[in-house]
Parts: sequence; C-alpha cells; structure tokens
Amino acid sequence: MTLDRRSFIKVLGSASGLALAGCAAQGPVGSTTEIMPKGATRRVVVVGGGFGGAIAAKYIRMLDKSIEVVLVEQNRQFISCPFSNFYIAGLMNDMSTLTIGYDKLAANHGIKMVYGLATAIDPAAKKVVTTEGTLSYDRLIVSPGIDFRNEEVEGYTADSANTIPHAWKAGAQSTLLRNQLQAMPDGGKVIISMPLVPYRCPPGPYERSSLIANYLKKHKPKSKIILLDANADVVAKKPLFMKAWNTYYKGIFEYIPGKKVTAVDVANRTLLVEGIEEFKGDVVNFIPPQRAAAIAAKAGLVGADKKWCPVNVTTFESTLQKNVHVIGDSSEAGAMPKSGYSANSQAKVCAINVVALMNGKELTDLSGINVCYSAISDHESISVAGVYTVKEGKIIGVPNSGGISPVDFSMTKAEHAYGESWLRNILTEMST
Amino acid sequence: MKQRWSMRVLAAGALSLSATAFAAAPTPEMISFACAGCHGTSGGSAGLTMPSLASQSKTAIVDAMKKFKSGERPSTVMGRLAKGYSDADIEKMAEFFSKQKFHPTQQVVDAAKVKRGADLQEANCSRCHLEDGKEGKDDTPVMASQWLAYMQMQMALYQSGARKMPEKMAEKVKPLSKEDIEALLHFYASVK
Repeated sequence: MTLDRRSFIKVLGSASGLALAGCAAQGPVGSTTEIMPKGATRRVVVVGGGFGGAIAAKYIRMLDKSIEVVLVEQNRQFISCPFSNFYIAGLMNDMSTLTIGYDKLAANHGIKMVYGLATAIDPAAKKVVTTEGTLSYDRLIVSPGIDFRNEEVEGYTADSANTIPHAWKAGAQSTLLRNQLQAMPDGGKVIISMPLVPYRCPPGPYERSSLIANYLKKHKPKSKIILLDANADVVAKKPLFMKAWNTYYKGIFEYIPGKKVTAVDVANRTLLVEGIEEFKGDVVNFIPPQRAAAIAAKAGLVGADKKWCPVNVTTFESTLQKNVHVIGDSSEAGAMPKSGYSANSQAKVCAINVVALMNGKELTDLSGINVCYSAISDHESISVAGVYTVKEGKIIGVPNSGGISPVDFSMTKAEHAYGESWLRNILTEMST
Repeated sequence: MKQRWSMRVLAAGALSLSATAFAAAPTPEMISFACAGCHGTSGGSAGLTMPSLASQSKTAIVDAMKKFKSGERPSTVMGRLAKGYSDADIEKMAEFFSKQKFHPTQQVVDAAKVKRGADLQEANCSRCHLEDGKEGKDDTPVMASQWLAYMQMQMALYQSGARKMPEKMAEKVKPLSKEDIEALLHFYASVK
C-alpha cells in the first residue's frame, strides 16, 4: 500500500491524532506534530537503528559534521540476531553480550535520537511520520529490517509466534524458544522450519539447527531435531554444515530439504507441508517467509515482487522514491547476502554517497564486504567471506575471491575465537 | 552534478548505461570503511583476537595483505578477502589505516610479566619495534596495545612454522623461552 501525496496530506491535515484512530487496526499511529522543526541546517533522517541504520547515522556525522542526523529507532536497546543462537541453545546465560544502547553513539557523534516507530513516509514532502511526531528531512535512509509474510501460511498470525516462536528477531522471541527447549523432556522432538530464499541471514537456520543439536546431544540425548528446509538444498556453507551434521549429530539431527510449510496448526504444534504432510513437534520453531519491514511497503519503496526494495547500487537510493535510500535486509543488493555485516558495509557506501550528493560532489563506486561466522558446535565455527563490487549496474562478488572455510575443519577452533571478536567489533562500532 | 543528471536522463532514454557509469573508482575511505566491521572504526579493534590496523605503517599493511593474498601468511577469512583487492586497492587501504590515530586498549596484564617483557624488548626487539612497539618501521607492525589473545595466536602460528618469521626476528626469538615470549606480549599489550 503506497501512501500517495493526497492521502498523506489528509493524514497530516487532520486536526488531532484522534482522526487517525481509524488506522489503528493496521498498526501504531503516527503523531502529526512536527518534532525538531528543521532549520537551515541540512538533515538526514535514518529510520531503524540496527546493523545498517546505526552505522549510516554515525558515518554521515563522521564524514560531514555540518549535516544534522536524526536516528529513529523504536527500542532503547538493540539486541543482535547474530549470536542469538548461542543464547537459544544454552551457550550464553543471558543476552547481555548481544545488547547495546545508543547513548554513547549519540553523544560521541552528535546524533539526535528519536525513540519511536516510523509509521509513514511522504517522499514528495520529504517528511517521515513517527509515533513521536513528524520529522522533515533532506534525505532519508531507511534500514527497517524484515517483517513476515504471515498471510502466505494458513493458520499463522502474528500471535502464533507466542506458541511456535520464530526467534528471527532477537529478544523475547529468543527467550521463548530457549525456555521451550529447556522445558522439553528428554526424548522430545524439535522441528525447525525455514523459508525459501531470500530471507534474513542465509546460514542462520543451519547454525541454529547445529547448536540445538549440540544442546540435545549434551543434555537430552534421546531427543531428535528435524530441519524442514523449503529450499531444494542447503543454501549456505553447504559442505561445512553437511560435514558437521554427519560427523557430530548423526542420529539426533535430520535434514529434510524441499519441505515448504504451507499451513500451521499452532495449538497442536503441527506444521503442514504442501498441504499434505504433517510434522508435529514438542518444540516448533517456525521461521516464516519474509519481506522488507512494513514501513517500506507503506512508503512505496517495495518493488514489483512486493517483497524487497530495489535500489541504485551506488547510492542505495530507492529506484521508486527520490531522496529515500534503503539499506540492509530490506534492500535488493544483488550478490550481497541479507546479513548484519552486509548492512554495516552498505551503510558506509550509502553514507559516503549521500554526503557526496548533499555536497554536489562526485559519487564513488561501491566496495563492500560480508563476513559471517556460524557456530557448528560449542567450540567450533565456520565462515563465509566476500568482497563486493559493481559490474554493469549490479552488485557482484569480486571474481576469484571470497568463499567458505576449508572443509577439513582445520580452522574451526580459530574461527570460533574470531567469531566472538566479530560480534564485539561490529556491536562496538554501532554503539560508540 | 548538473551534468551528471542530464547525462543520466539522456542515458535512460537511449540505452541503459550502468548506474555507476558516472561514479569514481573506490576511494581509500570507501575501501577501508568496509574493514571496520571486524577491525573497528578507523581500525581500532575491540575484538580480542582481531588486530588494530590504526597507525600501522603503509608498508606493513601492504606486506600483510599481499602475503594473505598469496597464501604465504596463514589465515581464516583474510586470504579469501585479500583476493578481492587489486594492488591499487591495497595501497589505498594501507594509506587510509596508516593515517589513523594509534588505538590504545585497556587490558588485564600481569605486572611482573610486563616488567620482564620491557627488559626483553629493550635488549632484543627495540631496533625494529621502535618506541616500545608504538611505531611501525617499514614492514614492522605496531605491537603496542594489540590484544594479548591476538598476539598469542600469531605467535603460535610463528612457532608452528605456519607463519614465517622474518630472518632478523627469528634470530632474536629463537633463544627466548616460552615465558620470555609471554612476558614480551604482556609488555606490548600494556603499552598505551
């Protein structure tokens, strides 16, 4: 649903917030009061303080202090999805090492924080509506992450996640899945279901399966875990995960490809594949198919596929809305996977070129990186790494570079240690 | 800018030129910012097994990247990543990180080891690792304030033979005991 200029004006023109009550069923209501009225200073508003947004805000300020930056984020604390599988599988006692705040980032770089949810964008008027009020911008960077395509799965609603958690956004969902695993008696069955590509964090479901298998092997050895993959084959780090499953988790873990869940019976913790085949678990982790977060669709940033946001590969400016840039999981970034590191890297490319555009300077071609670690046990990890460039208008991996860890597992212990540093560095970068 | 836009409009109408046809080649910032996800903003690392790149000499970074690229220096992701950069790219990132301010770290170190390490540094290493390891000379890396865990991992690679020691370094390191080396690393970790 695109909020066109006319309906946006209607919304803005309504005398009080009450007039917006009719929209309440569709989500939180934005406030029409202009907060932080924009003066002569040029302003970038960033929507979403995750791996992409926090970094975009920081680097714009690092590159040009004369540009005012306002970061809109609904939560006071950010909890990292990367490494949340450690917590789910009992390898971390709490989420403290996954959690950061924004105070230091804001103070160090002079970023203005608005803790609220962006509910609408008017690209023509260059305004974004949030639950805290309206903000005017010269350029807007949107890094809102993902939402779920609930409507594609019969019987599944947002509330279903209270019983069969997705745990694909870290926080309360991670705790719910962890608690369910810990409460499950020995001999129980865990079912994980993952969607077709593209979705957030390609190796994530495989890492989760491995770490839960590791937990069961240690604590509940009579139990079983099944991964139902909607894809025809393992889509990330395949030879490495296959080897880990065959070497460490034989008899406990079963991988079944080509099983797309089309319906769920939440109360009975049962998943239905292609409408015929039933899988019932004691713990069910259903990861629904995904799309760019709701604000992207509302702002008319989503492309013909109705899922993701097409962008210019140099500036990450939306190809559909002027002066609005989209980075991170919700953007269509060619060969760059939907990962935290990709979002971090894209944020910097975007920041460099947004600052260039605002100063009438020459644009710079993208050079990006993705580095992603996945744990396969409590002391071993594997990785994928890539360097990205642009060719013929598309983001591609630099030929003959990048790739996955050696399959002989000679690096897995070192990579476990490097993975921890990855987390510490990327979260420190976002929070200082 | 004006010219850029008008050309883009023309291009859109005629033939679909690449969206990047009018952008410059990646600058030192464009290339180096991407490294910061693992090596910290401006190359100041917060991760205990990841080295700080800030204030390393240009030669040291170029040398390290080329050895990662060729496989001469053992690595996990660095070899795979280094293959994604041309010599010119590597020069640019070396230039960027060599210009960043030295990154001091706060680490728990053993005072007795630091003292012993300081003497060993003075006697054995100070001709190349200048200023208590704070200054990089030619291809000698800055050791001061590097994370202990990182230095221990690299030292293990040196001693297993997986990473080749420069001749001058090998000469000095050979006579040192395990305790000596541990003391030296504690010393470097303590220098701010």
